[in-house]
Amino acid sequence: MKTRKLYIGGAFKRSESEHSYPVTDKKQEPLAHLCRSSRKDLRNAVEAARKAFGGWSARSAYNRGQILYRMAEMLEGRREPFIHELEQISLTRQQAEAETDAAIDRLVHYAGWTDKYPTLFSSVNPVAAPYFNFSIPEPCGVAGIISPEDQALIAPVSLMAPVIAGGNTCVLLTSEQMGSVACTLAEVLHSSDLPGGVVNILTGIRSELVPHLVRHLDVNVLILAADDSDMKKEIQENAHLNVKRVHIYEQKDWNKETTQSPYRIMDAQEIKTTWHPVGY
Amino acid sequence: MSENHTSEKNNRDSARLPFRAGWSYDPAPESAASIKLDKRYQLFINGKFVPPAGKKWFKVWNPATEQVLAEVAKGDETDVDRAVDAARKTYRQVWSQIPGKERGKYLFRIARLLQERAREFAILESMDTGKPIRESRDIDIPLVIAHFFYYAGWADKLDYAFPGVKPRPLGVAGQIIPWNFPLLMAAWKIAPALAAGNTVVIKPASSTPLTLLKLGELFSDAGLPPGTVNILTGPGEMGMALVRHPGVDKIAFTGSTEIGKLIQQNAATTGKKYTLELGGKAANIVFDDAPADQAVEGIVNGIFFNQGHVCCAGSRLLVQEGISGELVRKLKDRLETLIVGDPLDKNTDIGAINSGPQLEKILGFLSESDEQGFRIYQPDCELPEKGHWCPPTLVEGVSQSHRIVQEEIFGPVLTIQTFRTPDEAVALANNTPYGLSGGVWTDKGSKIFKVSSRIRAGVIWANTFNKFDPTSPFGGYKESGMGREGGMHGLSPYLEVSE
Repeated sequence: MKTRKLYIGGAFKRSESEHSYPVTDKKQEPLAHLCRSSRKDLRNAVEAARKAFGGWSARSAYNRGQILYRMAEMLEGRREPFIHELEQISLTRQQAEAETDAAIDRLVHYAGWTDKYPTLFSSVNPVAAPYFNFSIPEPCGVAGIISPEDQALIAPVSLMAPVIAGGNTCVLLTSEQMGSVACTLAEVLHSSDLPGGVVNILTGIRSELVPHLVRHLDVNVLILAADDSDMKKEIQENAHLNVKRVHIYEQKDWNKETTQSPYRIMDAQEIKTTWHPVGY
Repeated sequence: MSENHTSEKNNRDSARLPFRAGWSYDPAPESAASIKLDKRYQLFINGKFVPPAGKKWFKVWNPATEQVLAEVAKGDETDVDRAVDAARKTYRQVWSQIPGKERGKYLFRIARLLQERAREFAILESMDTGKPIRESRDIDIPLVIAHFFYYAGWADKLDYAFPGVKPRPLGVAGQIIPWNFPLLMAAWKIAPALAAGNTVVIKPASSTPLTLLKLGELFSDAGLPPGTVNILTGPGEMGMALVRHPGVDKIAFTGSTEIGKLIQQNAATTGKKYTLELGGKAANIVFDDAPADQAVEGIVNGIFFNQGHVCCAGSRLLVQEGISGELVRKLKDRLETLIVGDPLDKNTDIGAINSGPQLEKILGFLSESDEQGFRIYQPDCELPEKGHWCPPTLVEGVSQSHRIVQEEIFGPVLTIQTFRTPDEAVALANNTPYGLSGGVWTDKGSKIFKVSSRIRAGVIWANTFNKFDPTSPFGGYKESGMGREGGMHGLSPYLEVSE
């Protein structure tokens, strides 16, 4: 039985703790071992994300769009294995097909947004003095994403895509029991020209990892998509340490197209305003 | 032409001009006779001035004269309950039932009434804060009016600001504002909240509540429905009671990062929306190809505007090594011409420090700098005997890790550091937990865009500094807060969008 590796800084690694935990399929048969990420792994992942941020945010919107589209192509190329894996873990064949197709479509959707959301959410501001003044969105930096326990493929894709489409980098905590799907997703990312460190994927015991993610001072945005009162409490008590932008997405069906929106991209964007005098 | 050039050059090379000699100004005080203040100001709840539940009062001082201006009510939790109840009821029964265009008309009317009484508000603002009348008259109050006028127009056009979704008001907005721009911060918060269809409970800073209380009177004159805006004066604990109140749907706070974090801790995960506009430690970067004289004006405006009581103040000068000697000399010369003194004098450049504790805080930074061997420069200027004063101050010989470089002083104190390359300038600029604003001075357009895009801050002033406009979004990155005020982007903190 395989131990699925973590994805940190563009490399597949075991946990530095060398601990793992077994997970089962829907018939409760052993399926795989997942790495039990440590605090050190988390810190390494945040460091990798920070390191990748400068380069990724400086890529042209066109280039980021192409890479997201490439991710969609690579996911489509592995459609069958994903359907198989989802079916094995929790879903019916029909559900697994629907979720995989929705994940492909989600990536295509956000691929098309990279060079459009700035147009929609920017403004040229008619100030009452001779200055040229404009406001544009810029990525916040490093996002910590806590994926729900279920929807093992569509949730991580739906949460990560708008964040990276907008030029951020991220650390994704997978579902504890269904994290192997996200590990397979890492292989898709790895073969899609996505620079190492833009998306970092950690499996493990979430109650061990979330407190460190919430307290980490180099994480700018926190996205919680799990309906978990302990995690909410952790965020309440510690997200203010470096004034993290917190977004809590209530439990929802990420397969639905209504969950995709440029406003999800804006959740991890700042607005920057620039002034310059106008004159000879 | 060439002759002029030569003489200019000679001037530059010669010793410092005797600026003080021959440049004395006669006093030009703005009269405070027109300001009619009551002895006591009560809480403004549900359209009426009412006494505080605890029957306690506190004094408000003029920081330039140390005279008591008035007593104001010391509100408490019971008063918060009353005000939030009034705001909720008004939201439900009145304000949310009024069409946008009618909401807009109230805001237009408020702007008009303020225009008519602009000078009165400006004088009172200077008396209450210590800021120069030149600033309250030409900047604060005109911007207050412009903000109401700007957001008035949005009230019936909200759908156009949010592509693809339908915006709805949140309900009751709880707002807490600071003492540096009392009426302007009130306008920044009240105008978009009302335009978006919310009602308001607002708390001014304890040291500067008077113009906002006068604005309460003006709201009644404008016929604003009672309970639409409620004004509570009181201590910080009363502010926290407002933050924690279950009947409040949105918190908007401007103030220190320390209190901002406390507010986020109280609001996160309660489902309340919150926006924070917190501290800053902005770098003002001057490259060797910058127009030096303009840069000096910008540096002065960046840090000495409003005595440096400005969250977005350009409090760290980063100057490229090759020009640092000449630029700092020009800056010191310019400091000689600044007039520190009576806020109501129309010639005053730098007024009074807002309060005794704030002055102590500033002086604490300076004595620590002295102990650490930094070079402190202050021009030779006379300070009034009464009141709280701090001359414009430069601190040289500091490095990035020093407290005076990392922490917000909120006073007329500028640190000076040098750099060699643009990369180094950007690294220094970004090396604080803050990210509110930044300045870039160069004649090269491409350098402006490259540097300004790499500064992690919400407002960048290129070849200018400390400019504000209601159409222009303002707010911070990192620990300088979240959310924007001003412009189209300033609407979203007051609206829920359903997709």
